Amino acid sequence: MRKSMKPSITWRKITESRLFFPIVALSLILIFDFIFIPGFFAIENREGNLHGSLVDILRNGSTVMLLAIGMTLVIATGGVDLSVGATMAIAASVAGILMNPSALKNEVFFVTDPNYTFQPLWLVISSALIVAILCGLWNGVLVAYMRIQPMVATLILMISGRGIAQLITNGLRVQITYRPYAFLGQGWMVLPFSLYLVAFVFAITWFLTRKTAIGMFIESVGTNFRSSYFSGIDEKKIKLLVYTFCGLCAGIAGLVASSNIRTSDANNIGLTTELDAILAVVIGGTAMAGGRFSLLASMVGALVMQAITQSMYAIGVPAFALQAIKAVVVIFVILLYSEQVRGFIRRLSAPKTEV
Amino acid sequence: MSESDQNILMMEGISKAFPGVQALDNVSLTLKKGEIHCLVGENGAGKSTLMKVLTGVDRPDSGRVILDGKEIQAKSPQHAQSLGISTVYQEINLCPNLTVAENILIGHEPHKMGRIDWTKMNALASDTLQRLLGVDIEVDKPLGSYTVAIQQMVAIARALYIASAKILILDEPTSSLDVHETAQLFRVMSKLKNEGVGIIFITHFMGQVYEISDRITVLRNGKWVGTYETASISRVELISKMIGRSLAEFDEMSKIKLESSKLITKAAILQAREFGLTGSIQPFDLDLHEGEVVGLAGLLGSGRTETASILFGAEKADTGSISMRGKLVQDYSPLGSIKRGVALCPEDRKAAGIVDDLTVRENIVLAMQASKGWFNYLNLQEQYEIAEKYIKLLNISTPSADQSVKNLSGGNQQKVILARWLATNPQVLILDEPTRGIDVGTKAEIQKLVLSLAEEGKACVFISSELEEVLRTSHRIVVLREREKVAEFSGEVDENTIIHAIAGSEA
Repeated sequence: MRKSMKPSITWRKITESRLFFPIVALSLILIFDFIFIPGFFAIENREGNLHGSLVDILRNGSTVMLLAIGMTLVIATGGVDLSVGATMAIAASVAGILMNPSALKNEVFFVTDPNYTFQPLWLVISSALIVAILCGLWNGVLVAYMRIQPMVATLILMISGRGIAQLITNGLRVQITYRPYAFLGQGWMVLPFSLYLVAFVFAITWFLTRKTAIGMFIESVGTNFRSSYFSGIDEKKIKLLVYTFCGLCAGIAGLVASSNIRTSDANNIGLTTELDAILAVVIGGTAMAGGRFSLLASMVGALVMQAITQSMYAIGVPAFALQAIKAVVVIFVILLYSEQVRGFIRRLSAPKTEV
Repeated sequence: MSESDQNILMMEGISKAFPGVQALDNVSLTLKKGEIHCLVGENGAGKSTLMKVLTGVDRPDSGRVILDGKEIQAKSPQHAQSLGISTVYQEINLCPNLTVAENILIGHEPHKMGRIDWTKMNALASDTLQRLLGVDIEVDKPLGSYTVAIQQMVAIARALYIASAKILILDEPTSSLDVHETAQLFRVMSKLKNEGVGIIFITHFMGQVYEISDRITVLRNGKWVGTYETASISRVELISKMIGRSLAEFDEMSKIKLESSKLITKAAILQAREFGLTGSIQPFDLDLHEGEVVGLAGLLGSGRTETASILFGAEKADTGSISMRGKLVQDYSPLGSIKRGVALCPEDRKAAGIVDDLTVRENIVLAMQASKGWFNYLNLQEQYEIAEKYIKLLNISTPSADQSVKNLSGGNQQKVILARWLATNPQVLILDEPTRGIDVGTKAEIQKLVLSLAEEGKACVFISSELEEVLRTSHRIVVLREREKVAEFSGEVDENTIIHAIAGSEA
């Protein structure tokens, strides 16, 4: 009797882990790819760098992964940040215009020199990130101190952000040719360079939330802010912090995205990625109402989102139909999270002992 | 039997248990036609459960309800309404952005050719208000543009319109009304009474009980204490029935208390001077000494919780000052309080106490960590040590320190919150209703704990709706009435003196 109990307890531990469902979802998609797309798992070694569909999922998923890190913390406090896509565009515009200010003179100047930049790289990157931090700070002030509902507060920047980005670039698309900048999104060091960026941001965030008290405070504020207030937690500061941090993550994502397409395109960079980021966090099992969060599960969630996109492209779904197909898959994945559906599955799989 | 003596409602032997609590134990209530019947009792007495049974929100475990001679079993509030039992709740559940007429007739709008007949609707609403309640207002204005009292009237009008109510339940309708508005509501109640409606009126204000009611039923701890003619029971008697007293209980506790009272030094830890908040609590002076338990006595709404709240800094006082060990306090915030050694176990355990998604360990270390700041993080091992220490000390029954606190029973959750505060090593511990809704055994444990904390030299403030509990644990008792500190007693006091002080009548 006792022997037969043991594996079921381990099994329960696995299924109750926050990573279980995201990983199941990811595995299902990859199994689908394995069966239907020949060569999907092939990995090529080109001059010491790895290439292939799987690597592409990681590389193209890096912007959503970066956003999901910040978004996880925001959602854990019971909020949401709709402005991350716009913040990406703003950061990209700042970076673009500092490298190639020709747009300000109202001319589209195609620089072809891969070594040309107007300002040094460190200034380009730090300015873009500071502006992104200011965007996050703005959201944080509105939510924490002005007590505006997060969805409404961040909607303001979501709408106005692209306008601001266009103002910065004088309404033009700015070409970026500076090669060191292109390395952010296109560079390869065995694996794509953007993955190291993700790993770095992830590690810092993990450290800040799990090796300081910040993570516990975020979860506490998200679960019950009144109890947290009575316990002496400064809920406003926590909220200000997570929105600001989310802005920073969006800024980094914006740099990677613009480096990838070699353009600061105020209209299209990060368009609708806020929704991908939110879905990644939800797939990672963090409740929209706030509370417990898992950064790692959100990363898997981001990969689920990217794997869906990549697979659809690979089996030849046309770009215009992609969103519709993606929605169907997302609905399926989200249904796995519904308590109703889980209960139903449990009842189905339960051994039929009763007669 | 004259017609006005007819019972329109009889509730007999109603019992209802929730997991861990016997909310109602063999409670009876009769309501006559054209009677205003007050239902009184402290928190947890069972008033609202009794009304929930009547209106079909909860099913009783046993007992029966007889309406107009027929046994009924309301299945839902809607069903109860169709039977003639209507309820107006404390928080008005109407839509402030709809017009008065829409609020009264929503779901019952008159139609003309498939569309709503607005003219008829407004006329109907206006007629209902005038005829039934004698209230004359413009019914096409949004409800939100009227005072809370008028909104109450509209809620009543709606209740009466939908089904001609035989019974109207008013659940603390006056708690947010001023004197003038209350008078207005009372006129309406009298009018309905004369028309033969039976009214069950729940209130915490003793003055109003005597002003309007014909009879009073007192509940305490889920038990029926008695039903009295309002004219034949004095205020003092009524209050002592509500809060209960039993002289036989002074057993072990009084011994511990006597022992510990020897240890009280005259060193004041905390001194409040002219400390108050407009609209919340009148300015008061209060000294808390080392080793002393100060009980706050008073009825619900007398300002007990407000006093606790401003002493802790959860709400900012607007007059007066506090000094802590002779030093004037500058930072009136929960964090400031925790840092100088003041702790508050708040009244509402669910809403302001536990953080239910977090584990027992995290709940225990939360306040301590908050006072240490973001980066001075207690490592896991330290956290487990603290948690295990208090789980053992307070005898918290939990499978492990990693259990989500939401899976614990009420009493154990309360102990977890106590542990959270003890972990901050406070000098002043304010406990607001620490024993509410928990079983008798745990209650006694907590009372003893409070005394032993005092013995360690802490100052404790003990707030409870149960006077006997306050008497048993406190060395000194402060009495509050109508948001004002009215008296202070130290040494051996008999309960009568305190009940008189609470009631506001001369002994």
